[in-house]
Amino acid sequence: MTIAGSLRVVEAGARVYRRTWRGSVISTFLNPTLYLLAMGIGLGELVDNGTGGTSLDIPYLTFLAPGLMAAAAMQTGAGDAAYPVMAGIKWRKTYEATLATPIGVPELLLGHLGWVAVRLIFVTTVFALIMTVFDATTLTEGMSAIAPAVLTGLAFAATVTAYTARLKNELGIASMFRFAIIPMFLFSGTFFPIEQLPNYIEPLAFITPLWHGVELCRGLALGQDFTVHPLVSVAYLVLLVVAGAWLAIRTLRGRLIS
Amino acid sequence: MPAIVQGARVVCSGARLNPDEDELPNNLHPGTSVNGSMSSSLVEARGLTKYFDELVAVDGIDFDVAEGEAFGFLGPNGAGKSSTMRMIGAVSPVTAGTLAVLGMDPAVDGPKIRARLGVVPQEDNLDQELSVYENLLIYGRYFGLSKNVIDERAAELLQFAQLEDRRDSPVEPLSGGMKRRLTIARGLINQPDLLLLDEPTTGLDPQARHLLWDRLYRLKQQGVTLIITTHYMDEAEQLCDRLVIMDKGNIAAEGAPRDLIERYSTREVLELRFPVGTQAVNAARLDGIAKKTEVLPDRVLLYTDDADFAHTKVLEVGLIPESTVSRRSTLEDVFLRLTGRSLVD
Ligand SMILES: Nc1ncnc2c1ncn2[C@@H]1O[C@H](COP(=O)(O)OP(=O)(O)OP(=O)(O)O)[C@@H](O)[C@H]1O
Ligand SMILES: [Mg+2]
Repeated sequence: MTIAGSLRVVEAGARVYRRTWRGSVISTFLNPTLYLLAMGIGLGELVDNGTGGTSLDIPYLTFLAPGLMAAAAMQTGAGDAAYPVMAGIKWRKTYEATLATPIGVPELLLGHLGWVAVRLIFVTTVFALIMTVFDATTLTEGMSAIAPAVLTGLAFAATVTAYTARLKNELGIASMFRFAIIPMFLFSGTFFPIEQLPNYIEPLAFITPLWHGVELCRGLALGQDFTVHPLVSVAYLVLLVVAGAWLAIRTLRGRLIS
Repeated sequence: MPAIVQGARVVCSGARLNPDEDELPNNLHPGTSVNGSMSSSLVEARGLTKYFDELVAVDGIDFDVAEGEAFGFLGPNGAGKSSTMRMIGAVSPVTAGTLAVLGMDPAVDGPKIRARLGVVPQEDNLDQELSVYENLLIYGRYFGLSKNVIDERAAELLQFAQLEDRRDSPVEPLSGGMKRRLTIARGLINQPDLLLLDEPTTGLDPQARHLLWDRLYRLKQQGVTLIITTHYMDEAEQLCDRLVIMDKGNIAAEGAPRDLIERYSTREVLELRFPVGTQAVNAARLDGIAKKTEVLPDRVLLYTDDADFAHTKVLEVGLIPESTVSRRSTLEDVFLRLTGRSLVD
């Protein structure tokens, strides 16, 4: 395993992206704008004028923005680890081509995650800029959420890659988004504090990786108190990155080096 | 004995460290003795075995590939050709037996081996989203080549693959033959010591095949060592200096194409076609005319050194076949003789 090998895979990711960037760049700008407009400003006004104004202490838009950044990182991380990985393994067989060169499975996987990290940095930086334009936070506040958001995205990228690597077909990808990613998006503290959830669901939200990501992003950006010690959240997300990567390497090896 | 072979021995089996046994493997494989003693083995397999769970894909085969030769695996679907190629390509673990590629053990030195191989897999795995040139560029970068070196080689390789005018067009709309030539060009970007071609022309039309054969023939003349799998006997005859006939995971015979034909078949073959369902009945009346008679569902093959003479004899017996073809023996006949089945079903 060499770092140089992994970097070559990152480079290949960038070269492929040069061909395919259009669609994803549009959503990188459009999604935050639409969400902040609809939920942050549209819905936010209602929240701020209702009981939300007193219980949140800050404008809803400000509350929402860092959490939404974590959620966007989740979407990017999971998305880049789903269909593109399936294509690499099965549809376009680009992984097979790569593995016929000196590149091995660990380098392929780390390079893949490395490229997703580059994408995450781009996506979250754009997000921070749009947050600033909407006056949700200052630029510094927005930027301070980038690191935890990227970590969140990587936790999803690693675990979803491990998951996708096991799939026989793409049906499992749709189920994953339906039953894991979208529920997390809605109920992991992005749109409202999880204390609002029924008591028996709250612990469930508490163990989702996205909740820890949202906590870190919101806490760092807004200087708010953390519910659990931030190092616990960081450790949890790092653990997911490491465990996901390890599992992904094992699964890919079993499947591609057969 | 050249150093590389010594190295291979050490890697592949501790038991062969004894120099007295050095000649043994070659003697066991008469077909390799000439080449084997003149140049070094790039690939050396002994008892090479591959299981997929319970299924035996490769069942303990022995072969050597010498530097500079074009070596073939000829066999029908499921013979174990691709499984063997993937083991040589260091992307599939050996289940049992020993394998040395370029003097190294694939289980230990996979990346080093792959750095010196060119691989053309059975199914094209080009990146369809990229242009022709970008496919070469990304691939070359995986080998750690600088962009300048890649650009230089890409220009030559695209010329070689007759794809110069398609350099910047996407891969997807290229014809099957063009994609295949690009895959070969890609496999040559690292100037490999050994090029693995798994069924290079399967699925191509005759014109595209001939163009590809011409390109492969040029490579051979430049001294590139080729390992080719195929289930086309004409491809094996055209391209391979030496080949093994593979069936159900085993090697049935080994030698140069002409030698194999001489060894296992007659000089000529007379093919007789009788009305459907009467091949066997009619064949029974041809006893003694040929050295060997083979009854297929749709025709009868008479193996003889003089097809015209055999034809006269057939007419003398009073049989009038619906059609008659006299031809030279091919590897197809060798395969039929060895396995009792046709190569292409
Ligand atoms: N990854 C795999 N998992 C399970 N079985 C496999 C795998 N690869 C090959 N096999 C089986 O091993 C046997 C040999 O297959 P292989 O692909 O090596 O044959 P082949 O000679 O290349 O055939 P073809 O001409 O069809 O390409 C077949 O029965 C095949 O089904
Ligand atoms: Mg095959």
